[in-house]
Amino acid sequence: MISDLLVQGVQMALVLLLAPLLTGFVRKIKARLTRRQGASVFQPYRDLLRLLRKEVVLADNASWLFRVTPYVTFAAIWVAAALVPTFATGLLFNWTADLIAIVALLGTARFFLALAGMDIGTSFGGIGASREVMIAALAEPAMLLIVFCMALVAGSTELSTVANFMASSYVGLRVSLGMAVIALIMVALAENGRIPVDNPATHLELTMVHEAMVLEYSGRHLAMIEFGAFLKLLLYISLIACVFLPWKIAVSGTGPLAYAVGAGAYVVKLAVAGFFLALFETATAKMRVFRIPQFLGAALMLGLLGTLLLFVSRSF
Amino acid sequence: MISAVILQLSCAAALLAIAVLAIALSRSRGATGIVYGATLAVSAVALAGSLRRLVDGASTASLASLPIGLPWLGAHFRLDALAAFFLIVVNLGGAAASLYGLGYGRHEQAPQRVLAFFPAFLAGMNLVVLADDAFSYLLCWEFMSLASWALVMAHHREAGNARAGYVYLVMASFGTLALLLAFGLLAGPAGDYGFAAIRTAPHTPYAATLVLILMLLGAGSKAGLVPLHVWLPLAHPAAPSHVSALMSGVMTKVAVYGFVRVVFDLLGQPSWSASVIVLFLGGITAVMGILYAMMEKDLKRLLAYSTIENIGIIFVGLGLALAFQANGQKLAAALAFTAALFHVLNHSFFKSLLFFGAGAVLTATGERDMDRLGGLIHRMPFTSFAFLIGCVAISALPPFNGFVSEWLMFQAVLQSPELPQWGVKIMVPAVGAMLALAAALAAACFVKAFGVTFLGRPRGAAAETAHEVDRCSLAAMFILAALCLLAGILPGLVIDALSPITLQLLGGRMPIQARESWLSIAPIAESRSSYNGLLVMVFITVSASAAVYFIHRFASRALRRAPAWGCGFSDPTPAAQYSAVSFAQPIRRVFGTFGFHARDHVEMPAPGDTAPARLRIELHDLIWEGLYQPLAAAVGLAADRLNRLQFLTIRQYLSLVFGTLVTLLLVLAIWS
Repeated sequence: MISDLLVQGVQMALVLLLAPLLTGFVRKIKARLTRRQGASVFQPYRDLLRLLRKEVVLADNASWLFRVTPYVTFAAIWVAAALVPTFATGLLFNWTADLIAIVALLGTARFFLALAGMDIGTSFGGIGASREVMIAALAEPAMLLIVFCMALVAGSTELSTVANFMASSYVGLRVSLGMAVIALIMVALAENGRIPVDNPATHLELTMVHEAMVLEYSGRHLAMIEFGAFLKLLLYISLIACVFLPWKIAVSGTGPLAYAVGAGAYVVKLAVAGFFLALFETATAKMRVFRIPQFLGAALMLGLLGTLLLFVSRSF
Repeated sequence: MISAVILQLSCAAALLAIAVLAIALSRSRGATGIVYGATLAVSAVALAGSLRRLVDGASTASLASLPIGLPWLGAHFRLDALAAFFLIVVNLGGAAASLYGLGYGRHEQAPQRVLAFFPAFLAGMNLVVLADDAFSYLLCWEFMSLASWALVMAHHREAGNARAGYVYLVMASFGTLALLLAFGLLAGPAGDYGFAAIRTAPHTPYAATLVLILMLLGAGSKAGLVPLHVWLPLAHPAAPSHVSALMSGVMTKVAVYGFVRVVFDLLGQPSWSASVIVLFLGGITAVMGILYAMMEKDLKRLLAYSTIENIGIIFVGLGLALAFQANGQKLAAALAFTAALFHVLNHSFFKSLLFFGAGAVLTATGERDMDRLGGLIHRMPFTSFAFLIGCVAISALPPFNGFVSEWLMFQAVLQSPELPQWGVKIMVPAVGAMLALAAALAAACFVKAFGVTFLGRPRGAAAETAHEVDRCSLAAMFILAALCLLAGILPGLVIDALSPITLQLLGGRMPIQARESWLSIAPIAESRSSYNGLLVMVFITVSASAAVYFIHRFASRALRRAPAWGCGFSDPTPAAQYSAVSFAQPIRRVFGTFGFHARDHVEMPAPGDTAPARLRIELHDLIWEGLYQPLAAAVGLAADRLNRLQFLTIRQYLSLVFGTLVTLLLVLAIWS
């Protein structure tokens, strides 16, 4: 019991510690790929500390909702990230929320962020919020179909159980899982506002979505929102890793050595995923906003096809 | 100790007495307080009675018959677990609406147009749920329809309301006709209209399918299934807001009750093909309803369209339950059915809450058009807080109640690969995707509803000078908001309370949730899926508090107010903000071009002309234009042609009568 609690605690702290590093790493690789020196991988930590020390400049008509949202968003994403198995399965509180609930928790975070974008009453917030909900309206159904697909294969929506099942030997290659992983990567790109859907590096481009929505934030509030965004990227990579790449993940009850190996493997997985993300982002251009429905529609169709295949193959 | 059904009947009778009293009091000044106070008290008693019935002695039905109605039949009433549950929904909504009416009703221009019909409407809904024979059922159903029609027409001079009332009346008559035929088929040639007799009588598969379709037409038109929904977004917003809440939050549930009573209880074992129809209609209704809502800028109409979406979700749950039941999977059927009933309860909570909020906005500003509101969070802090909770709950976000029923629905979808029929196999994943789409669009829609109405800068003078509403209205809203949270964090209690119903109708039940540790819920087994709303709530609160504590302890606490950043060019007019129409633009462009033939027209002035450019949005309601307008045109044409029959000579009339007689006799001769 105590050790379970400890593992869960370590996981909560680990995601907090690693999230800025992951973003820093992706930025560094992107810089190197475009032959720039780039900032240190620890720059996101410094950015967060700097933001925390600054004063908050609040717009005149900002309401309490605007001031509460950074904390609600951060908390919802943190809880979601803490419930995705990273280096070990069978976390103490895994059963509190299954994958559907984790997706919905991210939805809660987005709901409040979109409202905060509407709070000041500038066109920037409005454009960001309206586009964010449009993307979400397409990404969420795709995500749920992916969840269906995984749950039908593993017989559970519980992430620990899914990861244990996938880590076991008798999964084999399945067409629907292949479709699901491609769809999941597409959804993850859209949900995190990465290229080709949105560009996390720009502020003043009219195609922007997420950055326009949080334009009015500053100081500690902005730090919370940035931290939330880092955590969300980590969450999606952890999710892909634990379901589709559960290599060396520690099963609950095994000794400390297994946990150490699991943690090491997790860091390697993050690095590999971060590298490929940076490579992909450097290699592609951002698409027009109204091309996004086609991009996410493809993800939706892949998810639906994968699920249908599973439904159909049950009868043979 | 009087029996439970007698208690409920006396409550309904008391409500009718209040209606009579309201007519007598119509001239007096304190009538509003007396009538709503009395309905509040009676609804509370009825609520307590039905709650007790569902929790304690639900395994047996409580019967009563009164010597009224048809002479050879009498009027039968019955209170079982299903009826007790729907009585809870009705009377909780009724009590909340009465409490709200205590404050809201004071602003009524002509209170006597509302006061008498309000308790009568409540009594009608109570009696429909209690009725145990077809005749009483239809009579109470019509009484409910007419009372609500009178309430829709309360502000009959306002533009559009007369048309709303007319469309409602036509659709309600159509629905009752379908119900009448359905009960005719159920009673069979023997003509025994008591539900007890219908339940035991055998039904041929052909008749059963026909009854199901007629119930979908009859109950579905009252509940708002697409394409029978057209009256709903016209009629629900036209009524005073607490009545809108009752119509949307409660009356549509009475229609769901009618469907459940006939299809699950009276018809006996369903066939799987029926479930495909129900699933298809439910999925379409959910998506279309929320897309309509997304395009809307009138706050109350938006809420009415969102009701259509939620009815779609409920019917998807019922369709899944039918599919499982037809294949004898009792546990999965119980799961899907519980999800549907849970959503019935949830929707009655948050939709009433949201209509109350819209009513509060209407009282404070006189506006329903969101594009003239804005910034109300500063002037109506309590209303906006309660409305926000309603918005989060209806968007199916944890830890509130909307998420739990949606989650159960998804768990039921995941049980369906075991179903043997191909039709269901193909339909279920598609419907699951539609549910997910509807849920995501609902979140978008309620970001819009809350963001445009309560956030930003005021877009009109009325929004700038608004004031918070009275205490009674606020109390009603906060009670419902608390219920939304409670049902979200303690879902196990609700699921266990619903188990007598699934046992009674389906012969199966979900596992006892009270046995799960830490009040979590696990529909099949914990290894498959579980959810704990309470812990999610606690975790979010704890981690948010930890973040706040850390930041206020270690980070800068400095705060400065400054004008919003406008890239060096601040827009001084509030009209430059995003409005309801512009917020919907991305979604209109993605889904609207297909579903609504939406087009944006930019009308630019000629070069050198200083007139402003205009953006015009063209939207088509394809169901109204494609189905109802041709129908209305055909009826009009037929009426014009038949009009000639009025101007015939006496010889022509006589030959017409003779011809008809001969034809009828011929038909009879050939038939037999």
